[in-house]
Amino acid sequence: MTKVKSLADLKKMQEDLQAKLKVRERGTDPEGYVRIKVAMATCGIASGAKGVMEFLIDELDKRNIDTLITQTGCMGYCYAEPTIEVTLPNKEPVVFGYVDIRKADEIIEKYIKNGEFVEGIIPVNYESIDNN
Amino acid sequence: MTEISLHIMDLVQNSIRAKASFIDIEVSESLQKNKLYIQITDNGIGMSADVLKKASDPFFTSRTTRKVGLGISLYKQLVEQCNGTVTLTSHEGEGTKLSSAMDLNNIDRQPMGDISGVLVLLIAANTGIQFRYSHTTEKGQYVLDTKEIKNTLGDTPVNDPGVMKFIKEMIHENLQEINIQS
Repeated sequence: MTKVKSLADLKKMQEDLQAKLKVRERGTDPEGYVRIKVAMATCGIASGAKGVMEFLIDELDKRNIDTLITQTGCMGYCYAEPTIEVTLPNKEPVVFGYVDIRKADEIIEKYIKNGEFVEGIIPVNYESIDNN
Repeated sequence: MTEISLHIMDLVQNSIRAKASFIDIEVSESLQKNKLYIQITDNGIGMSADVLKKASDPFFTSRTTRKVGLGISLYKQLVEQCNGTVTLTSHEGEGTKLSSAMDLNNIDRQPMGDISGVLVLLIAANTGIQFRYSHTTEKGQYVLDTKEIKNTLGDTPVNDPGVMKFIKEMIHENLQEINIQS
């Protein structure tokens, strides 16, 4: 029988990971990160936001892009879910709609890596997601 | 919504919006009684009696971005289709509890789905909240408490992709161990 993972295994893994994290040495200033908010209200979840968030976490790690990924509520663009808000360092936030995995990949490659806009941007007419 | 785990993810968003610092998710399945029990309890701001009455109305929401609030109503519809009930209790300043029971073998019951994936996303995206998840079957119980995880991890962030992958596998394997049926 294979051994089931436990907190003791997590501790062991954490020690290995500490060394790796030290090498990467992330900045403490969140302004220096790429920040992504995935809309995770009923509309977002029902449209597949979970899969998109998992994809972004995995792929941005694989592609070595330091990112702070969080979730947020409904921005009122239920028709365009899943939606994500991407904030590049020192830039204004940009909201993308209809983000499936293919679109998420395009956003990473074009917008996050090179700052090129891609189709699917929702014009900003909200104050702040967090206030809604 | 096609999986119960997605409903759980959605219902927990209500607790997060209610500024909860502790969210307890209890799942219990009984083959003998043919029941699946799911309960979500939080210590958030709670609701007044008036708001509580309207909480499962799909045309009521506290959001300002849209005029519908489907989370609880969609879940209630699913549970009632499966010969079950949803009970919501809340007190302002104390928190809210959603309890539900539905038939385990009902043809309309959605599968639990990727509950380990849902939990790890909730944990990683809301690092300031303590989550407790317990899943009980006739074979045993698995309890995950993010307080223990944070104590184990120390300074290492819980939202590190490597840590998240590990936690997801740990939950999945432990749930397999207690032979979850849902």
